[in-house]
Amino acid sequence: MRSLIRIFAIMHKELLQLSRDRLTFGMIVGIPLIQLLLFGYAINTDVRNLSAAYVDEADSHLSRQLLADMRATQVVVLRQRLASAEELTRLLDSGAVSVGIAIPDDFDRRVIARDRPALQLLVDGTDPIILGVAEQLASIPVRFDSQTDLQERQRMIEVRNYYNPERRSAVNIVPSLVGVVLTMTMVLFTGIAIVRERERGNLELLINTPVRTVELMLGKIVPYIVIGLIQLVIILAVGRTIFSVPIMGSEWQVLIASLVFISANLSLGLLISTVAATQFQAMQMTFFFFLPSILLSGFMFPFEGMPEIAQYIAEILPLTHFNRLIRGIILRGADVSLMMQELAALAIFTAVALTLAVLRFSKRLD
Amino acid sequence: MEDSGEFAIQARGLTRRFGALVAVNEVNLDVPSGKIYGFLGPNGSGKSTTIRMLCGLLTPSSGQANVLGLDAGRDSEALKQRIGYMTQRFSLYEDLSVRENLQFIGEVYAIPRRERRRRMDELIDRFNLEGRERQRAGTLSGGQKQRLALAAATMHRPHLLLLDEPTSAVDPSNRRDFWEALFELAEQGTTILVSTHYMDEAVRCHNLAILDRGVKVADGSPRRLGENIGTHVVEVSAPDADAAHLALLSIAQIVSLTRLGAKLRAQIPKRMPEPAAIVDQALRRAGIAAQVNQVFPDIEDIFVAVTELREARSAEVGAADS
Repeated sequence: MRSLIRIFAIMHKELLQLSRDRLTFGMIVGIPLIQLLLFGYAINTDVRNLSAAYVDEADSHLSRQLLADMRATQVVVLRQRLASAEELTRLLDSGAVSVGIAIPDDFDRRVIARDRPALQLLVDGTDPIILGVAEQLASIPVRFDSQTDLQERQRMIEVRNYYNPERRSAVNIVPSLVGVVLTMTMVLFTGIAIVRERERGNLELLINTPVRTVELMLGKIVPYIVIGLIQLVIILAVGRTIFSVPIMGSEWQVLIASLVFISANLSLGLLISTVAATQFQAMQMTFFFFLPSILLSGFMFPFEGMPEIAQYIAEILPLTHFNRLIRGIILRGADVSLMMQELAALAIFTAVALTLAVLRFSKRLD
Repeated sequence: MEDSGEFAIQARGLTRRFGALVAVNEVNLDVPSGKIYGFLGPNGSGKSTTIRMLCGLLTPSSGQANVLGLDAGRDSEALKQRIGYMTQRFSLYEDLSVRENLQFIGEVYAIPRRERRRRMDELIDRFNLEGRERQRAGTLSGGQKQRLALAAATMHRPHLLLLDEPTSAVDPSNRRDFWEALFELAEQGTTILVSTHYMDEAVRCHNLAILDRGVKVADGSPRRLGENIGTHVVEVSAPDADAAHLALLSIAQIVSLTRLGAKLRAQIPKRMPEPAAIVDQALRRAGIAAQVNQVFPDIEDIFVAVTELREARSAEVGAADS
């Protein structure tokens, strides 16, 4: 009973302080909104309208036909016709175009003979996505006998896009963004929670009261769980209204997955808070954790494509497991019971981080 | 309310090292219950470290302290319900109001709601914080902050209050009010241990320990300390105090000479008979008119005698040894 009163005291105080801290309060709502709008609109993996220039030395019926096909894909916009391949290279170097198409004067002969590549695509490989797009262009068939075209164009393998048939990036981004935003804000908020008390001198008073370490930790976590849920609701609501991202699975399963994930991040934040000596250090540690989370969790790149070591590291990160959960529930409408191991991983992470934090925190100054 | 023991704190051989530095060295303490006990010493003399060991915040490197019948090292959690601690730096929440701070402390000590409310009103009234209940603690003046901190430290009616330089950022009139409040608490039976580097505050204490670089160099009531120092104190009032100062500097028997405006205070070892005569003769020889009286040592004399002169004596002993 006394224990509950003390936990409540810490929670109450924490909420009071939070409500006075306008900047933090604004961040609770601002971060998810801004991130969502930024990522939702800016990140677009379905690339169109790349600037291209071309050199057509053949200037034949066939070469003009090919250029028209390329234009029709909408992947490239042919902005300039150049006189020589050298000019093409210069334009690529300057960054004015991302793709260059060089058609040699013996283009028709090469197409018939099929002994050498008929033309060259010069691609700005500094951006891997552009490179991927160029592959699409390379698959355009080039041949004279237009009769067989129809049959040839029937592909051997049909790709069916499940769960996101229109290939809209927002559908992929929004659910993952829940995890990214929660990682960033939750770890940071609790990361500075205890350090701030130490820096301001409050901790020396606090550890002289009968408050137990576990009570202090719980009192600091619970208010932020509520805040995490508020952020969750903001992202999903805005995702639904602006980007029309539906929730295929059950909402309460989204809630359960998010609760476990929020707890994992808050526990990690507390652990950081017991290690860091200043708020600045806590912030640095948060970002030290945040970057690999974004890069390795499957948010940016497919998990399976990463080297084995990176995959092992990713398995430690809560965001990896949450990404699988939230994408599964929201996009595939999967039942959480199919992904119990992900929930278990998050629960274990929480337990370990919280235990370490409690063990590391000392009610003494030595 | 009254404690069973005669002493609220008894410490034996209390020592704390930080690496090579010995912050507190073999300190013995006997703090009587229901009295105000002072720690006097300059910054870095080990006052804060000692207080932190007594409330269980720091583990002693060696020695032990018995506080309110509990071992300060082992039973520190049980001790926390019964002691109040006021840190040197203001450690309540600056972004909470006066009332919210008190309420938080009351909740943390799990004081029942009704009792808590009554206690808060009582403390706000007693420490002159009426009308400021809704003010953020960060915007209070130095004196108000200290009164709020004391109110918070006494919220749960502790038997023992440990105050670490409570008045170092407070102006003189507020310091007087603060001490009035301490006397009131002591009258109600609370034992108070307070550290200070103000001489005038030290004299107000019932008992006093003088700390110097981690060592307790003297303790007792201010009166007893004055009787027990190893020197006579001679006060000189001279129209030309500069000349008198110069003339007395060369007198070997004078171990300490302090200038206080137009007056000088000279300390002469106890073994010398008629100390006033020594000073008087020296001034006559120099042809300086002055009024010379032997006086009872005040707290500054005591402080000088037990710190600076101890140093000189130990230097002599060291020289004799080699």
